Amino acid sequence: MRAGAKLGLFLLLTPLLLWLGLLIIIPHIDMFLVSIRERIGVGQYQTSPANYLTFLTEPLYLVTFMRTAFMSILATLLTLVIGFPVAFYIAKIAKGRLQSALFLLCLVPFWVSELVRTFGWMILLRETGIFSNLLQWLGLVDGPVEMLYNDVAMIVGLVYTSMLFMVVPLVTTIESLDDSIIEAGYDLGGSNLSILREIVIPHAMPGIASGSIVVFMLSLGNYLTPTMLGGKDSLWFTELIYSQFIVRFNWELGAAFGFMLLILSSLIVWAMLKLTGQTLEKTMT
Amino acid sequence: MTSADLECLELSKHFGGFTAVDQVSFSVPSGSFFSILGPSGCGKTTIMRMVAGFLEPSSGDIKIKGKSVLDVPPNKRPVNMVFQHLALFPMMNIADNIGYGLRRQGLAKSDIERKVDEALERIGLPGIGKRKVDELSGGQKQRVAIARCMVLQPDVLLLDEPLGALDLKLREHMKIELKALQAAFDTTFVYITHDQSEALVMSDQIAVMNKGRFEQVGSGRDLYYRPETAFVAGFVGESNRWRGKVTRAEAGALQLTTDAGLIMTGIDHGRSLAVGSQAQIFVRPEAIRVSRSGDDLAHFENRMVGKVQSLLFNGAASRAILRSAANGDDIEVSLPQSGEYADLQRGDDLYFGWAGEQANAFAAPLENA
Repeated sequence: MRAGAKLGLFLLLTPLLLWLGLLIIIPHIDMFLVSIRERIGVGQYQTSPANYLTFLTEPLYLVTFMRTAFMSILATLLTLVIGFPVAFYIAKIAKGRLQSALFLLCLVPFWVSELVRTFGWMILLRETGIFSNLLQWLGLVDGPVEMLYNDVAMIVGLVYTSMLFMVVPLVTTIESLDDSIIEAGYDLGGSNLSILREIVIPHAMPGIASGSIVVFMLSLGNYLTPTMLGGKDSLWFTELIYSQFIVRFNWELGAAFGFMLLILSSLIVWAMLKLTGQTLEKTMT
Repeated sequence: MTSADLECLELSKHFGGFTAVDQVSFSVPSGSFFSILGPSGCGKTTIMRMVAGFLEPSSGDIKIKGKSVLDVPPNKRPVNMVFQHLALFPMMNIADNIGYGLRRQGLAKSDIERKVDEALERIGLPGIGKRKVDELSGGQKQRVAIARCMVLQPDVLLLDEPLGALDLKLREHMKIELKALQAAFDTTFVYITHDQSEALVMSDQIAVMNKGRFEQVGSGRDLYYRPETAFVAGFVGESNRWRGKVTRAEAGALQLTTDAGLIMTGIDHGRSLAVGSQAQIFVRPEAIRVSRSGDDLAHFENRMVGKVQSLLFNGAASRAILRSAANGDDIEVSLPQSGEYADLQRGDDLYFGWAGEQANAFAAPLENA
């Protein structure tokens, strides 16, 4: 029996171990090895930190790197600010069928691929798009307006793309807050604002943290939305990685970029957890 | 006559076509312990939520210290509520929990600290302010929940079955403690419960509620010994009950014949039951005297003999179920704890009887038996 149980456990763990090993650990080790070698001739390599030095000394790379981090944080905050009331409404105010209907509505956009969703925004925002025409028709502008290919369009796209990943953990945590605790807050003289600040938000903190982590990671690693909506003026760090690997065929630098992105995201997530007083374990439950 | 802290006037609440609370009026004198006792679903929680302000009454008025509070939102009402599951804020420590209401009132930090310490002192838990909510025992949480309300010095404290989640021993203890806390804080308590012993032990006045209406308001003693309706007689305390017909009525003293053919006497306490009408008869187990010989019971109007069907040992409240020899009815009786019946066995014959004035008769409604 015990041997059988062990075998069962082993079989259960196999897919996970394969996935971790083949897709995460081995590629990363290889990536790291690639990133610390420098090409000195045809087929000749030596170990050196040259790629990382290039990254640190080239302003374009560094600026894009910091900009990507900043914009991702901004997109995360915006998603949180928009998603929180939505989640609160779904979790606490909507009842019964309305609740499930609203939840479904959050989910529906994810039935189509991200590419199609982003095209939707392009149809709305481009020069000959719906918004531009509407504004002209209303007489608010004289000529067509281009609303694509700037930071705002890109942030809109990022927020839209990641909304679900913020709303779901928030709904779950807010729903677990007992109604009577909110009522007790009112009963003891609390105003809406103080209840939100002292009761609802502290309770929802694990959800806020896990939602923010996911949204931040998705934004930071997003390639499609910045490329399509941000265009050339809103360069995203993933685009640099792509161009190193595919366009320039400089895998060494690309790998170094990839590693810098990994370090950056880990640092920011760590800082976010520290800032909100959460632990990774708490946010994952 | 002291002034009323809480007054409800013809309070009603309808949910769609369902009437949860139907024209209920009552007033709670200042500083008293008032209980609303009723089975679940009788509307007692609805009343409490209306008083607290979480529900709007369909009609009627709620007055606190003589002033209508219908237009006052819950966070401005001078009432506080101890919730069924206490609803302590798990994200705060004990001191912050108790201080929450004070912070909302905008008190200075030093004042809040002093008041919180005083409150903790009062509930007998000094120095636990820094502890977390889930580090406390059930009884301690209970006391903290009360302290959290009492620091705000409400005119009325509402308690919504707060002892429901505690185990039996602790519940017994908390009954006494709640009563003591009420005396210590000298505040009007309105307590709702489905547990009659909680209501009987603690309350100055009890309202028995059923199907959205108050059946009777009175002291525990009144409710127990002089129930005004069949529901109260059946709900408060244990009773043997029979259904029957009134076969003779003389100035309140009735002779009844039960459906099973048993003839017994009872009184109607002025409810004037006419001959021929259907009646329900209630007799408390402790009103029935048992004896091993029939002679001891000669002075009782109702006398029977029966076999012990089962013995329900429960310490001081031990009972026996006797099967009447006359018609096979099962009758519950209290056993005196003098040791006389310690050797009672199943199948033993016992004489038992009760005075006619101990049998309370009510007109029986046709629909519910």
